[in-house]
Amino acid sequence: MKPIRKKRLYNILFVFLFSVSGISLILYSLNSNLDYFFTPTELKNNDIPIDKRIKIGGMVLEGSVKRDASKITFIVTDYENSIEVLFNGIVPDLFQEGSGVVALGVINNDIFYAQEVLAKHDENYMPPNLNLKNDS
Amino acid sequence: MIKKFIHQFASPKTYLFQVNRVYKYIFYFSLLIYTFSLIWGLLFTPEDFVQGNSFRIIYLHVPASFLSQSLYAIMAIASVTYLIWRVKLAAYLIIAIAPIGAMTTFLALISGSIWGIPTWGTWWQWDARITSTLILFIMYLGLISLHNSFSNFEKADKLLSWLVIVGFINIPIIKKSVDWWSTLHQSASITLTDKPSIDPSMLYPLIGSMIGFFGLIFCLVIISSKLQIFKREKTKSWIKDYV
Repeated sequence: MKPIRKKRLYNILFVFLFSVSGISLILYSLNSNLDYFFTPTELKNNDIPIDKRIKIGGMVLEGSVKRDASKITFIVTDYENSIEVLFNGIVPDLFQEGSGVVALGVINNDIFYAQEVLAKHDENYMPPNLNLKNDS
Repeated sequence: MIKKFIHQFASPKTYLFQVNRVYKYIFYFSLLIYTFSLIWGLLFTPEDFVQGNSFRIIYLHVPASFLSQSLYAIMAIASVTYLIWRVKLAAYLIIAIAPIGAMTTFLALISGSIWGIPTWGTWWQWDARITSTLILFIMYLGLISLHNSFSNFEKADKLLSWLVIVGFINIPIIKKSVDWWSTLHQSASITLTDKPSIDPSMLYPLIGSMIGFFGLIFCLVIISSKLQIFKREKTKSWIKDYV
C-alpha cells in the first residue's frame, strides 16, 4: 500500500474508532433508560412513584387470567417475581396465558393499573399441529 | 491477476459492459426464486400456531429488513474504497444505493407496522429496534439530500463517504438492540450459532424469499448505478459511443 493510502486508511480507522467510542459512552450512560419495559424483578428493586406511568413486561402466568365483564386481571411474571395487573378494556387477540405481555400504566400498592395492554410475540414460529405434538 | 481484474472492473466502462452481460440472468433467476418462495410461503405453508395467517408478512418483512442493513454495509465498504483508493465507481455506488436503502428500510417499517396491529395490538412503539430502524431510514434520507445539496460532485462524494462510515455504527446497534435492551420486537429467529426457532416448513420459503429479494434489489442497484454513470460521465467520449 502506498504511504498516502495508508495514511487515509488510518484516518478512517481513527474517525470510526472515535465515533464508536462516543456512541458507546452515550449508550452506556443511558443503559437501562433504553429498556422498553420493567420486568417484575426490576420493579421490586426500584422505587417507582405512584403517579408515574411506566411499562412492565413479562409472561402471563398460567391460570392467572380472570375475566369479569370488561375487567380483566392477570399476573405478570418473570418466573422470579410477579405482579398483579388490573385492566379495563380489550386485550389483543394474541394475549394468552403463558405468552409475553407488555402493559402501560401506574403502580399502586403492588397492583398495576394498566391503561394499555400489548401482546409480545416471541421468536418461535411453528405450525399448530407441531405444537400439539410437542405438548403431548 | 486479481489486482488486474479489480482495476479493470473499477473502470465505469468495463463495469457497464460486464453488468449488462449478467443483468438479465440475475433478474430472471431472482424473480423466479422470489415468486416461487412467495407462492410456497403464502399458499403451501401451514399457519403459525399463535399468529395464524398474519405471520406470512415475514416473507416481505425479513428480506426488506435484512436488505436495509446489508445495503448500508455495502455503502460503507464502497465509502472506504473511495476514500482510500479514490475509485470513482465506488463513489457512484454509494449515491446509487442510498435511495434503494431508504426504500427497503421504509418497506421494513411499513410491513412491521402492518404485522404489529394484529400481533402486538399497536402499529408503533418507541422500542430500541423500531427506533434504531427509523434512525436508519432518516440517515438514508439525510445522505441523499446532503449529496443533492452540492453542485460539486467530488466534494459531495467525499463528505458522503465520511458520513456513511460514521453512521455505520448504527448497523450493529440495530442488529443487537433486541439483545441489549428489553424490546417489544422479538429477538432473532435465525442466528448463526443456534438452531433456528422457526419451523423448517416456514424457514425454507423464507430463505428462498431472502435470496430472491436480494437478487431483485441487486438488479435495482445495477440500474441505479448505471444511471449515476451516465449522469457523471456524460461528457466522456465512450459514453457517446455507448449510447
